Amino acid sequence: MKGFKFQRMRAVARKEFIHLIRDWRSLALAIAIPVFLIAIFGWALTMDLSDVPTVVWDQSSTPQSRDYLSHFQGSPYFSVKYGVDNYRDIQKYLDTGQVIVALVIPWDFGDRILAGKTADVQVIVDGANTNNASLALGYVTNLSLIYNSNIRTKRMAGKRLGATPGQAVIEPRAWYNADLRSRNVIIPGIIALVMVVIAAMLTSVTVAREWETGTMEQLISTPLRVPELILGKIMPYFVVGLTDVAIAVAMGRWIFHVPMRGNPGLLVLASSIFLLGALFFGLLLSIALKSQVLANQIAILSGYMPTLLLSGFVFGIHNMPLPIQGITYIVPARYFIAMLRGIYLKGVGLEILWLNGLLLTIYAAAMMILAHKKLRLMLD
Amino acid sequence: MKERIKQMLIKEFLQMFRDKRMRMVIMVMPLVQLTILSMALTTDVKNIKVAIVDRDNTVESRSLISRFSDSQYFDVAVTLRDDSRLPQMLDKGEVLAAISIPYGFSEDLKSGKQSPVQIICDGIFSNDTAIIMNYAGQVTALFNSRHLEKVAGKIADAVNLEGRAWYNPNLESKFYYVPGLIAVMLILVGLVLTSMAIVREKEIGTIEQVMVTPIRKSEFIIGKTLPFLITGYVTMTLMFIIAYLVFGIRIQGSLLLLYACSGVYITGNLGLALLVSVTARTQQQALLTAFLIIVPAILLSGFIFPIHNMPEGVQAATIFNPMRWYLQILHSIALKGVGAESLIKPMIAQAALAAGFLSLAIMKFQKTID
Repeated sequence: MKGFKFQRMRAVARKEFIHLIRDWRSLALAIAIPVFLIAIFGWALTMDLSDVPTVVWDQSSTPQSRDYLSHFQGSPYFSVKYGVDNYRDIQKYLDTGQVIVALVIPWDFGDRILAGKTADVQVIVDGANTNNASLALGYVTNLSLIYNSNIRTKRMAGKRLGATPGQAVIEPRAWYNADLRSRNVIIPGIIALVMVVIAAMLTSVTVAREWETGTMEQLISTPLRVPELILGKIMPYFVVGLTDVAIAVAMGRWIFHVPMRGNPGLLVLASSIFLLGALFFGLLLSIALKSQVLANQIAILSGYMPTLLLSGFVFGIHNMPLPIQGITYIVPARYFIAMLRGIYLKGVGLEILWLNGLLLTIYAAAMMILAHKKLRLMLD
Repeated sequence: MKERIKQMLIKEFLQMFRDKRMRMVIMVMPLVQLTILSMALTTDVKNIKVAIVDRDNTVESRSLISRFSDSQYFDVAVTLRDDSRLPQMLDKGEVLAAISIPYGFSEDLKSGKQSPVQIICDGIFSNDTAIIMNYAGQVTALFNSRHLEKVAGKIADAVNLEGRAWYNPNLESKFYYVPGLIAVMLILVGLVLTSMAIVREKEIGTIEQVMVTPIRKSEFIIGKTLPFLITGYVTMTLMFIIAYLVFGIRIQGSLLLLYACSGVYITGNLGLALLVSVTARTQQQALLTAFLIIVPAILLSGFIFPIHNMPEGVQAATIFNPMRWYLQILHSIALKGVGAESLIKPMIAQAALAAGFLSLAIMKFQKTID
């Protein structure tokens, strides 16, 4: 960095700050978007499924079938909404998406239960939404198993065998997130999403704007050097980005009560590195493409969707097909989200997260070097 | 009038496709993203890495373990005799779950006691956890009933479930996620591109030049939206072709109805984008505002997160989300093959929203230009 003058960098930073503050709407959005995102994720979104809307066709209509159905009525997982007496109506409810599950109890259900036989129950799920369908099928199966085991105990008693043999009972435990609140998992992840979006979107316009409005020529005629320009350009957005992190952490802490088990210092460090990587990535797009629309478009397409879907944020990477798992290694948010969850929920430190931290640092450094190399302060 | 609109269209198309990189962004990126993301979006849980802690090490405990390891859901990574290494393995993420059988398991079974088998899951993956717990319950229930049969002879089960998934018998995720992603890509590309359209002319100052030409405001708006409507249709068609060729997803219902409804969706998004574009002062503002719309539109559409589990107020707010209605229409036509008669509500809602956004944009535009 020959001839690097801190003063010149500060001048660029100051100019960029003024840009940002004058454009109060962008600045307000840069703060509002994270707040808004965290609020909807925290309050509104859960992948857990409960109150599955259900329709029932009880052909048997006996005390036995009502006993079986009471398991569903009493369960938080189901909300039995309609009763029908033909398949046409079931089809109608499923076609219009008003219910997800239909239960059909056969005519001979009561008789067969009384006779100690097995009765067939038909479950129809709306397979169009596969996630809901497989969860709902699992719930139906489990409730039926409970019913089975109740009836079996009665039938055993009928056989007069004396003491019932022992059985294995499941004791479920969820570590790191004992109540399985999806909020606890989502809020740490959202920090990554917010930063990718805000950082890359804000910086992706900065250099392209200078080219488009013609002010780049003025900058070129000054003694300004490349490192001074890129660092100066990044500075204000780095401050905005860290403010966003602070807001996210504060909302998580005081509004959503997400536990923070690890070292907050490490969180700040990891966030700063990731933020720098995202900022330089946006800057690189801006430098390379020289067009605000294009740089923005690519920043969003390559930032938002992959961070939402390929980072392990919502969909576990371990369930993806192998080639796609390979692709996730080039999504930097993957490492950052692993670190965030490690710090927030597992309370672990660098002894386990060092590799993720190292890869993030390499990413940030690579983006900085590329941006530096790409920027030519001269006219074409 | 026709001539003026034609000239405007030529200008817009030239502007859009002059840049080779722009052609890539508009045409190729959505297709690549659709393909990659569709493969990534899977909630099919299988081969979950588990650790087994068998403190009992008897015939009974091994029989229970084999029930777990035989299933496609679990992949037994390691079998341990005690749980001292377990915290470390879960911390590092080497396993996602552990099954721990207590000492004295077989004794308990013989003496008629209940023996607690611990299923420990990494709660960070709450969706997997729900499925693992579901499945562990079923495996154990099966184990119990076999065990009971050995002692007490055959006792018939009370119910036998005949599960059937309509519209998607094998419950393959792609049938749900691929059409959903098409809706996402359409709103993403459409809103981002179009929201830049007018503000760009404002920012570079060419809007004054346009205004001194004899073109009318309505013609200007049509000239600005039509190219995006056409590109939207082209992108959509390409995406449906990929959905068919790569993922084998056929449109079950009427193609005509699908295209008509998609046109309404795209137009509605354009109206929204124009509204953003006329109110913004710089392209950056437009983009951030567009983003502020896109994010909740995707997240609150029911695509990933079920709507009926959202709080009441939020559920009510989703009425104003065009993607919610389009998603319902798209899934219904593509997967369920239903006709217009089952889709009256979403179709009306979608059309009303599109009309609302578009007229708001035109009103706002009239004011801005004067």
